[in-house]
Formats: sequence, structure tokens, C-alpha cells
Amino acid sequence: MAEALRAYALIAGAWIRSTMAYRFSFVMMTVGNFLATALNFAAIAIIFGHTRLLGGFSLPETAFLYGTSGCALGLADLVLGSMDQLGRRVRDGTLDTLLVRPAPVFAQAAADRFALRRLGRITQSALVLIWALAALKVVWTPADVLLVPVMLLSGAAIFGAIFVIGAAFQFWATDAAEVQNSFTYGGNGLTQYPPTIFAKDLLRGATFVVPLAFINWLPALHILGRPDPLGLPGWLDFCSPLVAVVACGVAGLAWRAGLKSYRSTGS
Amino acid sequence: MEALIRLERVEKVFQVRRKAGRLRSVRSEVRAVDGISFDIARGEMVGYIGPNGAGKSTTIKMLTGILVPSGGRLRVAGIDPARERTRLARRIGVVFGQRTTLWWDLPLRDSYELVRRMYRIPDDRYARNLARCVELLDLGALLDAPVRQLSLGQRMRGDIAAALLHDPEVLYLDEPTIGLDVVSKAKVRGFLRDLNTERGTTVLLTTHDLTDIEQLCTRVMVIDHGRLVHDGDLGGLHAVGDSERTLVVDFERELPPVRIAGARPVKVEGPRQWLAFPASASAAPLVAELTARYPLVDLSVREPVIEDVIARMYADRAAL
Ligand SMILES: Nc1ncnc2c1ncn2[C@@H]1O[C@H](COP(=O)(O)OP(=O)(O)OP(=O)(O)O)[C@@H](O)[C@H]1O
Ligand SMILES: [Mg+2]
Repeated sequence: MAEALRAYALIAGAWIRSTMAYRFSFVMMTVGNFLATALNFAAIAIIFGHTRLLGGFSLPETAFLYGTSGCALGLADLVLGSMDQLGRRVRDGTLDTLLVRPAPVFAQAAADRFALRRLGRITQSALVLIWALAALKVVWTPADVLLVPVMLLSGAAIFGAIFVIGAAFQFWATDAAEVQNSFTYGGNGLTQYPPTIFAKDLLRGATFVVPLAFINWLPALHILGRPDPLGLPGWLDFCSPLVAVVACGVAGLAWRAGLKSYRSTGS
Repeated sequence: MEALIRLERVEKVFQVRRKAGRLRSVRSEVRAVDGISFDIARGEMVGYIGPNGAGKSTTIKMLTGILVPSGGRLRVAGIDPARERTRLARRIGVVFGQRTTLWWDLPLRDSYELVRRMYRIPDDRYARNLARCVELLDLGALLDAPVRQLSLGQRMRGDIAAALLHDPEVLYLDEPTIGLDVVSKAKVRGFLRDLNTERGTTVLLTTHDLTDIEQLCTRVMVIDHGRLVHDGDLGGLHAVGDSERTLVVDFERELPPVRIAGARPVKVEGPRQWLAFPASASAAPLVAELTARYPLVDLSVREPVIEDVIARMYADRAAL
């Protein structure tokens, strides 16, 4: 584990240094990333230009969901976003080169092309989140205050697990990145809106099949003092860390199985 | 002495699916490596040759731990590569002629720096090894270019250096001279020869260029259809393969195919004729006889090419 972190830091560091050599281009890319993700929030703001409530949620409440989901995805994307290149590596056999180095393949694949410009998404979501926290009219208990960082980290871990499971599938189906993207970026698109606007079946799927609801919906509903549209027991609101641990465990197993099945290419 | 590399009846079978009709696919097996055994002692420089698809790259991938053998036993420096891949990685160097192990978008210098830290190479040793590689492989002008901007030959030299910064005990090279020009080839060969004689690094290299083998290797192994068909010196290979050299003769005018003892006419093209003679025989008596009997303009001797040697070996084996 320590070896993996060290390798990750080494490779990511090299990429950061090399991006910094072209500072102007880096700034442009980061601003671009910021603006592209900000468009999502612009869409929400436009909706609230026409209505005061969306699914019963006010603008600050929706912004809270948006900010937490965006920060969680942003963190996962920053750390593991390069994983969706894995299919290409499997297809063209360049994974071979990672296997002959004295560092865990996982760390090497994750840190490859580490892109600091992804901070654009995080910054943008964090600004929205900060504004939401200031504008929300809720009474903060110590437990609620603690729940915010816990849900951000758990959410990032759940998104991260999805990235890794998606990468693991690319060992068998080299074009699985599309499917994975629909769960990560698509999942973000889902969880930045109030759950009350979606069909119950979709919510059930997003709770029990792909645990997107644990990224922010359930803990956020608790903080906002709102009932859960599925009427699930209240203690589930605190289960995000547990779900995150399980998701990471599954991701670890999937990765191992995938790597084991790797068989290089003929040239 | 215990062998540094030891293979005992090593096999690699790939399950492949081929399309049969529009939706159906049939499974079949490819025995890429089919029960190979050999030992390589520390300090040897061994050539590993064979026709396309013979199983050379597959063998090297098993020796590095990239592929897990389907059967048999394999040890490199006492380590089972598939099981302890990362531990082995510190002790071996690998160069794939077909693809780089460097970071594609990073400048060469940054790639080396990353290698230094990843392998935990002590500073003084790193500085020494890098300086040596930069000098001998002529990398000075390339260090600041991203790897993707390097030409094939430059990239190959860069890769060879990267594989050696941590002083590996074994160096595997899979087609290290593919696509190199004459000057680069000579440079790479000279470098590898020094590495082997001065540092005692054990080298296993695959190639389709027989000159690599002739200039570098005292021992050559030939593989075909996953089986080892020759293991010995290059001379032995010519003997086994019953191979022939060719005398290319330009006469002053067109002649009917000339007949002299010890050679057989192969081809006639205007005043130029090709005469084949056994690789083990000397060309001198043939040349003497030709010059005595015919008006010559020019004459040269062609060495047998590896494919011919191997093709002959197979013709012979099939006839057995
Ligand atoms: N990953 C793979 N999946 C399926 N079949 C493979 C794979 N790798 C190699 N093979 C098959 O195994 C056989 C040996 O391939 P290998 O790459 O070892 O040949 P080689 O001796 O290196 O040939 P070349 O000189 O062309 O590089 C070939 O028939 C090839 O099609
Ligand atoms: Mg090959």
C-alpha cells in the first residue's frame, strides 16, 4: 500500500512538473474544465429562474446537492480519472510496460497522465457548495457538521470504486469505459438534482444496485431535515462510509480478477 | 554453477476465439510456447531467433512475469516471475523494440528521473549510469524532447538506457534493432557488447537480423512453432541447417549457367549469375577457379539470411 502511494506520488509528480512547463496551456485547460462543469450549474440556475422550488427543494438546497456530488466526483476524477485509458492499454498491449516496473500496476495506471486541470471541476463545485452552506437555512448540529466531510469522502470513494470497477471490466471488454462513464459522470448528473424529481424505480436502482444515493442524497436529506422519498429507515443516512468501504472492496476484487486475466497481445 | 535463467518444459497456450459466420465464434488453442527447456548462465549473451509467430516474444513475456505460463517451471535469479513480478522487476531490464517502456509525453530526462526514484537508484550510481548511457548511446541532444517526438531509432536508444539505469543482472531485448539505420545498429551492438563483457550483464535478445547474432552472441537458440529446435553456437546452426552461401558473379558477357565443382547455379540474369555453395566450405577455391576459367568483372559473397537458414532447417526436419 505504501509502495502504491509512493509510486502514485512519483508519477503524478512527474506529470504535474511536465504540465507546469506549459503554464499558459495548463491555466487555459483548468479554466476550460471549470467553465464546462459550471454549465451544469447554469442549467440548474436557469430552472430556478422559472420556479422557486424544484421537487420541493429550494435553490440553496439543490446547490448543496450539486456541490457535494460535484466535489465527490471531482476528487475521484482527479485521483482515478486516468483509469478509463485502461481499455486502450489492454487493447494495444502497452499495459506490458507497466508490468515490468517495480511498482503496483494499479498505482501506475491511475497516476498515468495525472491531470491537475481536473481541479477546475472541484473548484467550481466547491464554490457552489460554500455558497449553499452559507445560504442554507438549517440548524447545524455537531453531527450534521461532521456529516459534510464524511459524505464528501465517502462519495469520492464510491465514485472512485465505480471508476476502478469500470477499469477492471476493460480487461475483458476494452470499450467498457463508456458504461463506466455513464455511471460516474451520469451518476453525478443524477445526484446533483433533488431525488424527489425522479421515479421511485430509478431511486431504488440508485440506492441498491449502484449505490449512488449514498454519495450525497441520503446524508444530505438528513442534514436538510427532509424525508426520504423511498421511506427508507433513518440510520441508512449514516451508512455512506460503510457503503464506500464495501464498494472499494468489490472494486479491489474486480481489479485483481481483471489483471489476472490480462494476456498481453501478439505483438 | 546454478543457472540464472532456467526453463523446464515451459508452455504457454492461448485460448483464442475466431469468427465463424456472422454471430458464431469458435474457440481454439494456440500453443505459442510448447514445452521449452533451457538454462542460461550468468554472463551469457544469447540470441533467440525464429520465424514470425514462433513464440519468442511470448517466452520473453513469461520471463518478465507479464504472462503466466500454462505449464512447466520457470525461474529467473531464483524467482518465479509471475508470482513475484515486482521483486523481479528490480533485477531485470526489458526493452521491447515494438513499444516503449518510457512515458510517452514526458521528456526523456523526466522519464529517467522517474525511473531513478521508482527503482530507488542511489544518486551517484544513477549519475554514473546515465552519463555512460548518454555518452555511448549518443543521447545528449535528446534528453529534453518528449518521447513521442523521438524517431524510432532515437527512442530505442532511449529505451535501452532506461532499462539499464538500475544495473539489472539480466537484460531482455525483444527486437532491439528493428527499424534502426546502420549507424544506430552499430552503436547499439557496440553498447551491448561492452555491457556484457565489462559489466557481465546477462543478455537474451531476439532479432530477425542475423548480423546481430553474429556480432554479439556466442550462443543462439532457434524456436519454431513454440519448440526449441537448436541450441548452440552459430556455426552449429549453419551445419544443422545445411545452409548455403551465395556467390554473386558479374561476367563480362552473358554466359550459359557455369558449372564448377562445389557450387550449383541458382539464377542467371544477363551477365550476372548466382552460385550457391555450402556455408561451411571456403569461397577461395571457387573464386580461383572462376577467375581462371571465365572473364569476370565483379564478384561478391552473400551470407545466408536467417530466414533461409531456418527455412532449410525446417525442410530438413520435415524430411526426417
Ligand atoms: N496475447 C495473445 N493472445 C493470443 N495469441 C497470442 C498472443 N500473443 C501471442 N499469440 C500467438 O502466439 C504465437 C507466438 O507469438 P509471439 O508473439 O511469441 O511470436 P514471435 O516469435 O515473437 O514472433 P515475431 O517474430 O513475429 O515477433 C503466435 O501464433 C501468436 O499469434
Ligand atoms: Mg515478437
